[in-house]
Amino acid sequence: MSAAQWARDLGMGLRFAFAGGREGWTRALLTAVGVGLGVALLLLTTALPGALAERDRRGEARLNFTYGEQIERAGDTLVTADTDTEFGGRDIRGRLLEPEGDKAPVPPGLREFPARGDMVVSPALKELLGSGDGALLRERLPYDIVGTIGEQGLIGSQELAYYAGAEGLADRVGDGMVGRIDSFGDPNPTEEEMDPVLMLLILVVFVVLLMPVAVFIAAAVRFGGERRDRRLAALRLVGSDGGMTRRIAAGEALGGALLGLVFGTGFFLAGREFAASVEVFRISVFPSYLNPSPLLALLVAVAVPGAAVLVTLLTLRGVVIEPLGVVRTARPARRRLWWRLLFPLAGVIMLVPMLGQGRENGEFNGYLVTGGVICLLVGVTALLPWFVETVVARLGTGSVSWQLAVRRLQLSSGTAARMVNGIAVAVAGAIALQMLFAGVEDDYTKETGFDVTLAQMQVRVPDGTEIAAATTRLEKTEGVRKVYPLSEGYFADRPYTEEPQRNAQLTVGDCATLREVAKLPSCADGDVFAVRGGEYDTDTPSLSRPGQKLYAEVSSSGEELTEVAWTVPEALKEADSVEDPTGTKRGGFLLTPGAMPDDLAGAVSGQLYLAIDDSVPHAREHVRNTAAAIDPLSSPMTWSATERTERFDSIRTGLFVGAAAVLALIGASLLVSQLEQLRERRKLLSALVAFGTRRRTLSLSVLWQTAVPIGLGLLLASVVGITLGAVLLRMTSTPVGVDWASVLQMTGIGAGVVLVVTLLSMPPLLRMMRPDGLRTE
Amino acid sequence: MSIGHTLLGLLESGPRHGYDLKRAFDEKFGHDRPLHYGQVYSTMSRLLKNGLVEVDGIEAGGGPERKRYAITEAGITDVERWLATPEKPEPYLQSTLYTKVVLALLTSRDAADVLDTQRSEHLRSMRILTDRKRKGDLADQLICDHALFHLEADLRWLELTAARLDKLREAVAR
Amino acid sequence: MTTTPPPGSLLVARDLRKVYGPTTALDGAGFSIHPGEVVAVMGPSGSGKSTLLHCLAGIVTPDSGSIMYDGRELTEMSDGERSALRRSEFGFVFQFGQLVPELTCVENVALPMRLNGTPRKEAERAALTWMERLEVDDVRGKRPGEVSGGQGQRVAVARALVTGPRLLFADEPTGALDSLNGERVMELLTDAARSSNAAVVLVTHEARVAAYSDREIVVRDGRSRDMERVV
Repeated sequence: MSAAQWARDLGMGLRFAFAGGREGWTRALLTAVGVGLGVALLLLTTALPGALAERDRRGEARLNFTYGEQIERAGDTLVTADTDTEFGGRDIRGRLLEPEGDKAPVPPGLREFPARGDMVVSPALKELLGSGDGALLRERLPYDIVGTIGEQGLIGSQELAYYAGAEGLADRVGDGMVGRIDSFGDPNPTEEEMDPVLMLLILVVFVVLLMPVAVFIAAAVRFGGERRDRRLAALRLVGSDGGMTRRIAAGEALGGALLGLVFGTGFFLAGREFAASVEVFRISVFPSYLNPSPLLALLVAVAVPGAAVLVTLLTLRGVVIEPLGVVRTARPARRRLWWRLLFPLAGVIMLVPMLGQGRENGEFNGYLVTGGVICLLVGVTALLPWFVETVVARLGTGSVSWQLAVRRLQLSSGTAARMVNGIAVAVAGAIALQMLFAGVEDDYTKETGFDVTLAQMQVRVPDGTEIAAATTRLEKTEGVRKVYPLSEGYFADRPYTEEPQRNAQLTVGDCATLREVAKLPSCADGDVFAVRGGEYDTDTPSLSRPGQKLYAEVSSSGEELTEVAWTVPEALKEADSVEDPTGTKRGGFLLTPGAMPDDLAGAVSGQLYLAIDDSVPHAREHVRNTAAAIDPLSSPMTWSATERTERFDSIRTGLFVGAAAVLALIGASLLVSQLEQLRERRKLLSALVAFGTRRRTLSLSVLWQTAVPIGLGLLLASVVGITLGAVLLRMTSTPVGVDWASVLQMTGIGAGVVLVVTLLSMPPLLRMMRPDGLRTE
Repeated sequence: MSIGHTLLGLLESGPRHGYDLKRAFDEKFGHDRPLHYGQVYSTMSRLLKNGLVEVDGIEAGGGPERKRYAITEAGITDVERWLATPEKPEPYLQSTLYTKVVLALLTSRDAADVLDTQRSEHLRSMRILTDRKRKGDLADQLICDHALFHLEADLRWLELTAARLDKLREAVAR
Repeated sequence: MTTTPPPGSLLVARDLRKVYGPTTALDGAGFSIHPGEVVAVMGPSGSGKSTLLHCLAGIVTPDSGSIMYDGRELTEMSDGERSALRRSEFGFVFQFGQLVPELTCVENVALPMRLNGTPRKEAERAALTWMERLEVDDVRGKRPGEVSGGQGQRVAVARALVTGPRLLFADEPTGALDSLNGERVMELLTDAARSSNAAVVLVTHEARVAAYSDREIVVRDGRSRDMERVV
């Protein structure tokens, strides 16, 4: 067979793909849209790692890294203060800047430093501040907007960020939030190693999402298959041989796939622009981030048309195209089970060596994991035709609609199985992942230990601020039920210069507040208590002997550390520790304000614990506003009982969104093939209606026809999914438990797709059942 | 094929000489067998005797005397009846049927009626043959089939003619 | 046609009109049939024969005109009522494409009875009786794709008759068959119809098929002509 012959036949097929009038175009368009959606998804996937890397790079480049050697004030230094805040559940990155010389480094995305009282904001923040929703936030950021941060200085199009000019920050360097830098960016960047289990999850998510896309593309190139077969028969009639017709068919598929590539690129570019306007899992990107890696894009460009040709040739394998029509009369040989079982077996074999490796034993072999998961999922597509055939062959006859559906399925169970393959793969993968997530969830959910029943927010009062004044201001703030002002510090048995051995906590507060942290026998201003029963507290009993001299460290910024001595008074009372608003039992000494010598003031820092009345709208925002007014660096914290690793959360959400999108995609292709089948049977449907068949009977038979294979597909998917999930859980050394809720959820989504497809195919079905179909023209 | 009815029908459009009648007949119907003068005159005298035509006038010219014939009311009725009566289905019927159709067209009658009537008559014969075939033995069946196929051929011709009536009307009118 | 139909007609249609978009399919057609009568509907293709049959059978509703079946006005019935009528009192044979390809022949024949609610066993027993009469009981277990055209059409006839209809509509029932097979189908069809006293509306353009009828009507340009009462 000469290459020229091949090229000629493929070329003829290409022409057929687009010629053939309106119908031909419709078919080509359907295929192209289907393939295009798949291609866009593939391109997006290949672009994602790059996008995330680019995000990281930009994030790193703007870092004001202040942990390290102290830098002395110079012409090229800049003092920065972190004033991150939160508004309506969204994080806002805030930085105060005070350049100390002409050569101070300008942060990425800024052209010059904002003057004191001015700020430069991200476009999204500017929009938020300008909107009605942002009025409360405007109070907190009372700076004049003088510009916007350029793309280089942002890690996402929807990021909320600002840089404000400030003065007098230098005095507070070393305060934790404030530091002096001479350049932006991490001076010694480290590759953050990804947790092997997280890596495993991401790998599996990608495989699970991409497999159905592959199945979908395979289905899309078969749109209009029956009509094509008839056209090919006509070609045989005018003298083309079997090989030629096959190549022409392949050429047609190629045409659809190539157009699909063009569409896919279009969809991708459109999607990229769209991506800039949305924020998913609190992550937004700029269109320019989403550049598919050229190698992967090339792979897509080659693999998709190649797969189209391959799939066509494969499906034509069992078909004899005769000049007078397509012959499928010879009933295909019964499907054999053994080679279909090889796939899942191979999958399990690949995964078994990694059983029980867990997190501690380090790496999973990426290739084996991917290979194993792919094999297991391919196993679903291999097993499903056999499974459907075997089950359907044994189904009895019930009502007429059931009989019609079952007989049709018996005759063409392969078609039915192909239709649901994509859904089955997606559901199997999703179930496995959900199991894995449910299993390892606990590991990634930290108990914060905060008891959120007493206080829900905490505001640090900066050194040098009058704690009583701050308390009053916060008490007057809308939505604050109660303020517990506590000043905290530490006593040690020796001056710090002499390396203390023992130490104890020091807490200063009025009687009412102290009662929140310990059970006091009685209390009056001037009292001092030693607390018994504190957690992690062993030294208090030995330190609380009256007359004992204790030392506290006084840090006033910018100066040398000094020590203050304090003598345990005679009138020491005992108190029992109780859980304080942060959920811990503290030990050490409790001092009422009257018992605290003035020179100790520098040794404690104020913490205000706030009880919030959540029935007041935006209570937390009001608190943040007040805190910012007291001091921009006060950094209020909101407590929650648990805290999940953010990355883990985004993977799980990603899976949900991806699975839903893939299922919707497959639903669309299901609908197309369903409609095509119905069109094929138009005459028959009309004849059936003519002799009095109820429309309900025919509609029901259409429903059965979809529901039976989908039901079987979901069953198989559940079995494989649970198996895969169990294997993955064993790999991470997590106890195996089936997360039935997620099994039901995923199968439910799958079943919902069937229902929607059936519903959507009803109107055309009813239209086709009209007697016009009997007209022979 | 009835020459008498044909000539009568030709006279419906107006009185004619015998010679004109022969010419008109040859032109429309006598494609391969032109009419003899003798045939014309003997037919006309028979029609005259039966009162279906009358002599409209005699022209004495340079040759034999020329009678001009005109159709009578009785003549018109006779043509009418002839056209409405289906021919007995028999082989080689076409020429008669053709004549009838053309005459119907020439005289602005409904030619489709002629065809429908004839089809009905053919079908009546075919029904009888079909019935005999169903009840008879193989010999009967074969004989009946032969007749049926011939009748069917006639009918096919009828259908074809019916489908081409418009074209035929144009051709005849020329 | 304004002729009054003879009394005792099973189905009488008058002045039917039906327009499909720009084409006028029926333009004042009429029809009548007696119980047990076989009436051929003839006419060139595109004349409106099939549309007339579809109207008479209640498959499509005419734009105007009346169709009386057994004292009931078909044009005033709901779709459900007409469907029920077709299920129980009418039978249908079409040229092709009418057998459900997935069902076996006997299941196809039993289908109308099952649509009427007859249990499967009983329906298939009755189906087999009819298949024997039409000499196709040997293909009972095969699917329509596996039998010859003549056999398939006889299966279709069996299916049309299995419910014991009073009126059988046959639209070019031999259209896809050779003459020998076609005649055999016609013989069996008319015999079976006569023996069960079912009337047959037979749409055909073939004279030898029409010869199995008792009388014919001709449809031309959407108008019908009842030959018996004209001659």
